[in-house]
Amino acid sequence: MLRLEGVTKRFGELVAVNDLSLNVAAGSISAIIGPNGAGKSTVFNIVSGIYRPSAGEIFFEDARIDGWPTHRIAAAGIARTFQNIRLFSFMAAIDNVLAGEDAHLHARLWDSLLHTPRQRREEKAARERARELLRFVGLEGVAETYARNLPYGSQRRLEIGRALASRPKLLLLDEPAAGMNPREKGELADLVAAIRERGITVLLIEHDMGLVMRVSDEITVLDYGQRIASGKPAEIRSNPRVIAAYLGTAVA
Amino acid sequence: MIYLYFLVAIAVVIAAQRLNDLRAKRVLFLLLGAALLCAPLFDRNDATFNVLADAGIFVLLALGLNIVVGFAGLLDLGYAAFFAIGAYAYAMMASPQFNLHLPFWLLLFLAAAFAAIFGIILGAPTLRLRGDYLAIVTLGFGEIVPQIFQNLTKYTGGPNGIGALDFPSFFGRSFGQSTIPYYYVVLALIALALFFAYNLRDSRLGRAWMAIREDELAARHMGINTTAVKLAAFALGASFSGLAGVVFAAKLSLVSPDLFQFQVSVLIVSMLVLGGMGNIPGVIVGALVLVLVNNVVLPQANTIAASAGLHVDFGNYHFFIYGAILVGIMLFRPEGLLPSRQRKEELHHAAA
Repeated sequence: MLRLEGVTKRFGELVAVNDLSLNVAAGSISAIIGPNGAGKSTVFNIVSGIYRPSAGEIFFEDARIDGWPTHRIAAAGIARTFQNIRLFSFMAAIDNVLAGEDAHLHARLWDSLLHTPRQRREEKAARERARELLRFVGLEGVAETYARNLPYGSQRRLEIGRALASRPKLLLLDEPAAGMNPREKGELADLVAAIRERGITVLLIEHDMGLVMRVSDEITVLDYGQRIASGKPAEIRSNPRVIAAYLGTAVA
Repeated sequence: MIYLYFLVAIAVVIAAQRLNDLRAKRVLFLLLGAALLCAPLFDRNDATFNVLADAGIFVLLALGLNIVVGFAGLLDLGYAAFFAIGAYAYAMMASPQFNLHLPFWLLLFLAAAFAAIFGIILGAPTLRLRGDYLAIVTLGFGEIVPQIFQNLTKYTGGPNGIGALDFPSFFGRSFGQSTIPYYYVVLALIALALFFAYNLRDSRLGRAWMAIREDELAARHMGINTTAVKLAAFALGASFSGLAGVVFAAKLSLVSPDLFQFQVSVLIVSMLVLGGMGNIPGVIVGALVLVLVNNVVLPQANTIAASAGLHVDFGNYHFFIYGAILVGIMLFRPEGLLPSRQRKEELHHAAA
C-alpha cells in the first residue's frame, strides 16, 4: 500500500534518512522503532509531504506521491497525528473532527456564503459522522469542549479521531502512547486494533516496546537514518543489531 | 441626539452578544434595523445621517477586515488599499474624468469584484508568510496603492484626485445632496455583510479559516487547501472594502490619495482590536466607538474648548487618543470590549 524506495533526506551535511526502502502491506499494523534521532519522524514528514525527499521515490497505492502538496496527500488517503500534539486548540472537539472532514466536503464558496440547502444537508451529515467518530475514540461527552481543555490522553485520542475524519486508508501515528499511563496505553492498543478492523492500515512510531510488540505485525528498526532490521516482533526482539543499537555495543 | 443613535446601537449589539438564543439575537438585530430604517422619518437632520453613514462605512470595513484578520488570522495592515480601489473604481467610471457614467449599483458590484481580484493579487505572494512578515508585506501594499493613484496623474488626477463624481440615482431619482439615501444604502450593505459574515463563520470555509489560524501545518494535513482558503479570505475581505469605497466616494463626490493613507488601515485594525477580533458584534462595537470618538466627540470637544476661550484642535490629538485607548485595552482587557469565547480563553491561557 505504501512503498518507499531508496528514500534519502539530507539536511545540509546531516543525512537524516539514508536510502530507506520500506513496504507497508494493506491492512497491516506496522511500526517504526529506533533510538532518538534515528530519523523516524523525518520519515513521517516525508511521507506526509512536509519534506521532499532528497532522493528516492514514494508510492501510495501505485501513485507516486513524493513532491505532492501536503493537502493532496491527505486527500489521497494518508492521515497522521503528531508527536507533540497539534490539535486546533481553541476549537471544540467536534469542530476539530469536522475540520478533518474538510477534504470530503463539497461546499463551494457560494454554499458557504449563502448557506444553500446543499450546504445545510452536508453540514448536518458531517456533524453526524463527527459525533460517531467522537464516540469511536471515546470522547462523545466532550464534543463541545475546547481541545486545549481536554486531558492529555483525550487530546491524543481526539487527534486520532480528527485524523480518521479525513477517511484515511493509511494512518500514521507518531508516538501515540507518549505520556500515557499503563491503563491509557492498554486502551490505545485496543483503539489501534479497532482502527484496523475498520480496514485502515496503521503505521506507527513508538518507543513503548510493550505496545509495539503487542500490536504490530511488522516492525522496522531505524538507526542513524538507516534500516538495520525488519521483521515480526519476535524476530526483532532477538536481533543482535537491534539490541546493540538500543543498548550500545562495545567498540571492537 | 447623535449620541443617542450610537449608544442605542452599541447597547443593542452588546445585548445581542449576551443572548444565547439565536432566534432572540436575530429579533434584536431586526428591531435595531427597523428602528434605524425609520429614523429618517422622525429626524431630518442631514448632518446626523452623514455621520451615521460614515459610521456604517467603517462598520462595513471592520466586518471585511475581520474576515481576514479575525477569522483567518492573517494580519493585514494595508486594508485601506482595497477601500481606495473601490473608491477610485467609482471615481473613474462615474465622473467626467473619462466621461464614463456607469450606474452606481453596477459599480457596487464591479468594485467589489475588482477589490476581490486585488485581494487575490496581494494574497498570492504572501501565502508563505505569517505573522510579522505578512504584516510588513501588506503594509507595503497599503502604501503602494495610494502612491500609484497619486502618481498616475493622467488617469487619477494625481494628488488632487477626481472630483464632481456622479450622484447615484435610484429608479431615476437622483440622491442629490441629501445624505439620507447613502445612509440607507449603507444600512442595506451592512445587512448583506452581516448575512455573509455569519454564514461564512458557520461554514466549511469558516472552519477551515479557524483551523489555519490555529495551526496551519495541521490544517494542511487534514486535507485543507490552505492556498485556496487564504485567498478566499483575502478576496472576500477585500470585496467588503470595495463596496464601502464606492459608497464613500459617491457620498463625498470626491476621491484623493490622502483619504486612503496608512492611518486608515490602522484605524480599522484598531476597531478590531478594541471591539474584539474575530467576533462580529465586537468589531461592530469597535467601529462605532472609534467613529463616535473621531467624528463626534473630538469636533465637539473643539467647540467646547473654543467657547471656553481655548484654542486647541483635538482632531490633532486623535492618534494620541486612540493610542491611549488601545494601551488601556491591551492592559486591562486584551481580548477587546466584546470578545468571542475563543479569543477570551486564548488570552487567558497566554497570560497563565
